[in-house]
Amino acid sequence: MLKFTVRRLVQLVPILLGLSILVFVWVRALPGGPANALLGERASAQSIEEIRRELGLDRPVWVQYFSYMGRVVRFDLGTSISSRRPVLTEINERFPATVELSLAAMVFAVGVGVPLGFLAAKRYQDWFDQGSMVGSLLGVSVPVFFLGLVLKYVFAVKLGWLPSVGRETVTSTAPHPTGYYVLDSIVTLDPAALLDSVRHLILPAVALGTIPLAIVTRITRAAVLDVAGADYVRTARAKGMQPRVVDRRHILKNAMLPVATVIGLQTGLLLSGAILTETVFAWGGMGDWIYRAINNRDYAVIQGGILFLAIVFVVVNLLVDLSYAILDPRIRTR
Amino acid sequence: MSLAEVEAAELTLEGEETVGRLRDAWRRLLANKAAVVGMVLIVLFVLVGVTAPLLAPYSPTDNQFFDQIRPGYVPGPSLHHPLGIDQNGRDELSRVLYGARYSLVIGIVSTLFGMVFGLIVGTMSGTFGGWVDNLLMRLMDMMLAIPGLLFAIGVAALLGRSLTSVMIAIGVVNIPVFARLLRASMLSQREADYVLAARAVGVRRWRIVGAHILPNSLAPVLVQATLALATAIIDAAGLAFLGLGSADPGIPEWGRMLAETQAFLQRAPHLAIFPGLAIVVSVLGFNLLGDGLREALDPKFRR
Repeated sequence: MLKFTVRRLVQLVPILLGLSILVFVWVRALPGGPANALLGERASAQSIEEIRRELGLDRPVWVQYFSYMGRVVRFDLGTSISSRRPVLTEINERFPATVELSLAAMVFAVGVGVPLGFLAAKRYQDWFDQGSMVGSLLGVSVPVFFLGLVLKYVFAVKLGWLPSVGRETVTSTAPHPTGYYVLDSIVTLDPAALLDSVRHLILPAVALGTIPLAIVTRITRAAVLDVAGADYVRTARAKGMQPRVVDRRHILKNAMLPVATVIGLQTGLLLSGAILTETVFAWGGMGDWIYRAINNRDYAVIQGGILFLAIVFVVVNLLVDLSYAILDPRIRTR
Repeated sequence: MSLAEVEAAELTLEGEETVGRLRDAWRRLLANKAAVVGMVLIVLFVLVGVTAPLLAPYSPTDNQFFDQIRPGYVPGPSLHHPLGIDQNGRDELSRVLYGARYSLVIGIVSTLFGMVFGLIVGTMSGTFGGWVDNLLMRLMDMMLAIPGLLFAIGVAALLGRSLTSVMIAIGVVNIPVFARLLRASMLSQREADYVLAARAVGVRRWRIVGAHILPNSLAPVLVQATLALATAIIDAAGLAFLGLGSADPGIPEWGRMLAETQAFLQRAPHLAIFPGLAIVVSVLGFNLLGDGLREALDPKFRR
């Protein structure tokens, strides 16, 4: 197990190094540059040259790369040119927002998807099963930003039940020691802040969680169908075990293996892929931030942000593989 | 029998089997109601895209009804304009109909782009193995380590604002998906008995790959292509929504129409709903068909 983990970690190093080079070269190949973005279109060639020298962009690319990587290994990701704050500080503020949103979306997806998929499999090929399958295909066919807009229109604009943007009411003065607003309100024992942050979380979480919900439902259904035909299930039934106990102990437990994998992979995707949801709901997370940095040619933010997300993504995927090995002893022996 | 005759006999056998299997899959596809609905939606979508100039009652780009718009008021659906007028005085129905063309072209071109390059990489990987395989797959891993939409945004930003760059951006994201799929499929075929037989009678490597392994590995690729088309339409709309589509502001592209009407959501929700529904319906068509294809081509479901 340890050997397996170490080998997988070692395999990640060249991938991430290669990726850092690709991203580094790519931002420098983008048309325009930070100097143009800072000074606007009418800037003189001379002032652009000055800024470029100030930012060290006049040096050969490989010199820039090595000096950048030299700082990265000391946990210095540079400074954003638009906010003039360290990239790591901004990640510290924004990553919790994205994590909170992704986890809420996953709670929604798993909480609804697993029971739905289980029921669909139990009622194989009747109206409920077919309805949930068509529903799940519909779920993956709706663009997340369209769903976000519709939810916003119905529940925020028309009904006025839930807030439409942000993570908390603008006038809120609740303290944020961890940056995870829901957790913060629990830590500070503030029920009003808890209600406020949960209310802000609902619409974006539903919008972001719909595609994972559809996928979790389908995988659960397929896995349950697969397991329900197994010999040990028949044996358990034959020896007169209660159907409910068979469902829980034999079917659901074994069906959870593929479901756990999908949950993990989807969480990795959400952590890094919530750009559109964050834009629609002005969430202030990572995706939205990197997207704006690309438009502003904010090199430090783009490089640091993408590298950070890529690391999170591959680490989550690694954890998924490891958890799979823990859940399924057959894999460990290899 | 000479070697050539053995090879020929073996090839015909293989050929017949493939045809039989395809006919079988087609029959199972037609028996699947959801897949048939998907096919109908796709045919409608393609028809609308192709015949948009004939179907559309007005020009999709001319602001000819601007005089009907008052501050804070955009006319909704009426007899003359079944889907209403947009915020710039254009007939919404005409714009939605023309929008089908853009989604169709972007979807097909970007999927083909990803598929062709993915197939090249996957075939090389699956055929050569060794360090070629290792190098190519690590490259694919790198591409997969960046979240898809972010990757597409990056490529689109690099290439500048145009429909072509959107298509390339979405296509590039698909390359590793197709490459890995084909490679895995080829690897499992490589050990099959008929490949061993072909090798035993001395058929050359590229011939085995081209005539035996590749055709038999394509089923999952076909399924993936249908599903990728669905995703491509969504992603193209997403890029346009973020302002990365064509530089032409009047273009009736569904994602852009949605993005532009965000500010009017309260007063004119129909402007967001119709292009949004158009995306959902066309994407649903490809998803239904892709799902049906997967079941039809999967040996597990063969009875």
